[in-house]
Amino acid sequence: MREVIVIGGGPAGLAAAISARDNGATDVLVIERDTCVGGILNQCIHNGFGLHRFKEELSGPEYASRFAENLDNIEVLTDTMVLEVTADRIVRAVSRDHGYMELQAKAIVLAMGCRERTRGAISIPGDRPAGVYTAGAAQRYLNIEGYMVGKNAVILGSGDIGLIMARRMTLEGAKVHACVELMPYSGGLTRNIVQCLNDFDIPLYLSHTITDIRGKNRVEGVTIAKVGPDRKPIAGTEFDIECDTVLLSVGLIPENELTRGAGIPIDRRTNGAYVYENMETLCEGIFACGNVVHVHDLVDYVSAESERAGKAAAIYASGNKASGRVIEVEAGNGVSYTVPQKIRPENCDKKVDMFFRVRNVYQNVRLVVRDGDRVVASFNREHCAPGEMEHIVVPVALMGNAEKLTVSVEEVK
Amino acid sequence: MAKIICITCPKGCHLTVDEVTYEITGNNCPRGAVYGKNELTAPTRVITSTVAVSGGEICRCPVRTESPVPKGKMFDVMEAIHAVRIVSPVRIGDVVIENVCGTGVNVIATRNI
Ligand SMILES: Cc1cc2nc3c(=O)[nH]c(=O)nc-3n(C[C@H](O)[C@H](O)[C@H](O)COP(=O)(O)OP(=O)(O)OC[C@H]3O[C@@H](n4cnc5c(N)ncnc54)[C@H](O)[C@@H]3O)c2cc1C
Ligand code: SF4
Repeated sequence: MREVIVIGGGPAGLAAAISARDNGATDVLVIERDTCVGGILNQCIHNGFGLHRFKEELSGPEYASRFAENLDNIEVLTDTMVLEVTADRIVRAVSRDHGYMELQAKAIVLAMGCRERTRGAISIPGDRPAGVYTAGAAQRYLNIEGYMVGKNAVILGSGDIGLIMARRMTLEGAKVHACVELMPYSGGLTRNIVQCLNDFDIPLYLSHTITDIRGKNRVEGVTIAKVGPDRKPIAGTEFDIECDTVLLSVGLIPENELTRGAGIPIDRRTNGAYVYENMETLCEGIFACGNVVHVHDLVDYVSAESERAGKAAAIYASGNKASGRVIEVEAGNGVSYTVPQKIRPENCDKKVDMFFRVRNVYQNVRLVVRDGDRVVASFNREHCAPGEMEHIVVPVALMGNAEKLTVSVEEVK
Repeated sequence: MAKIICITCPKGCHLTVDEVTYEITGNNCPRGAVYGKNELTAPTRVITSTVAVSGGEICRCPVRTESPVPKGKMFDVMEAIHAVRIVSPVRIGDVVIENVCGTGVNVIATRNI
């Protein structure tokens, strides 16, 4: 019987494992399918990680190493794929060195991260030539294997990975002709629009999409059209760009096959498990953190959230179950989801960290937490956008005996 | 008045900078004031890329400039980075190029290989 098993050795898994150990778990195992730990950070060689946490601008691999070098007394199995997790906390895994393994854990932390949405998932019409990649796959080729995927690129979607790749490919000598975004606002961080597109005069076409990809063997060009408020292409607005590469940066999907297999309820809005204040899923003793719960734009938040999950797993493994009444958290006007979705006030230290995304771009608004009509807490924001995750800290004392809290965006009167 | 976005941290504050006095509003912290003035007078950026490495488990070693370099020198710095070949073992922080393109800034490795 293992005390805590962590599935996934990305930043979420590593922070959870370290925190479980630091909170008294003596037997912690991390299982990672790749050859080394660090997860997606290994290919994110750009800087901008750790500004909150270390007050330094680190690259992804540097940030990962701060955790990877602090794994004393934690066992790590790399090159090992977890095949199944059960609700009674059995982990089934396979590796070349150890073959098939069945491990019983007292507590489990799910930290499998997410994967990219592909062309199939968004069904772009046109030919099926070579040269269409997800931005993350292109990033891996370029930054780890050392292959450039093309010379003339168009990027569909303005997610952070696409923006970062626009700059990377430009610096490596490619021409990035355009970044095309379906929505009227960007899906990425504003700072990435500035330093990845504006710095290199790469045009950003908002409310546009690719309506056709042409090419026999290799991509030869794309057709781009403006879209209306219904996000459907407007006839007559089409124009062509010649290119040999199309990068897709159209969103990430939490990797929850194992979670579903264990019968753990999934929130349709986040595509991740429903979680309580301590990152416990609705299946007792199984916790989740990082991109597998909801897609984060900042790894600093991933680390903080994962430390809470690791600590809670260690507490659970020592025989202390979380209990008490449950407050439901609802996403109100202008808010697309919240994490956590449920709060057990008796199980909180004074305050609860809440994360969510807004549905639209707003200026000078208040983020308000209400119990019915009563305002529990309110936070002013000069600027919020869907691409930038919101974080608020709500004191438990103010929640009173609320049964339900609603988080919404309200105008400042 | 110039309207720019501070890229120092992910908050991305919307700054308004006076082109004459460099007086700044809209910044949430003092770093924004420094950024706003620099951006109008002498903009700088951190450059990240990879260099070829032999003898390790992977063939590219990620590198970055230790601190920001003048924006106008970005492509010169890239050329200098392309010319470098290194050999494993490499530790995070090892200097790969000293004083790159006369900027006074070193290029350092960001992964142990
Ligand atoms: C391209 C890109 C650019 C980014 N840029 C920034 C930035 O500039 N600044 C910033 O702060 N943040 C950035 N982020 C966000 C940040 O990197 C992520 O939020 C963070 O890496 C998520 O960590 P994670 O551990 O949840 O997931 P991951 O890093 O994806 O790790 C999940 C791990 O689980 C393993 N795994 C999955 N399934 C299994 C299984 N069945 N068995 C065994 N192992 C498994 C995977 O191999 C992987 O190693 C970026 C993210 C991406 C994708
Ligand atoms: S002004 Fe300060 S808080 Fe605002 S983006 Fe710049 S560094 Fe961040």
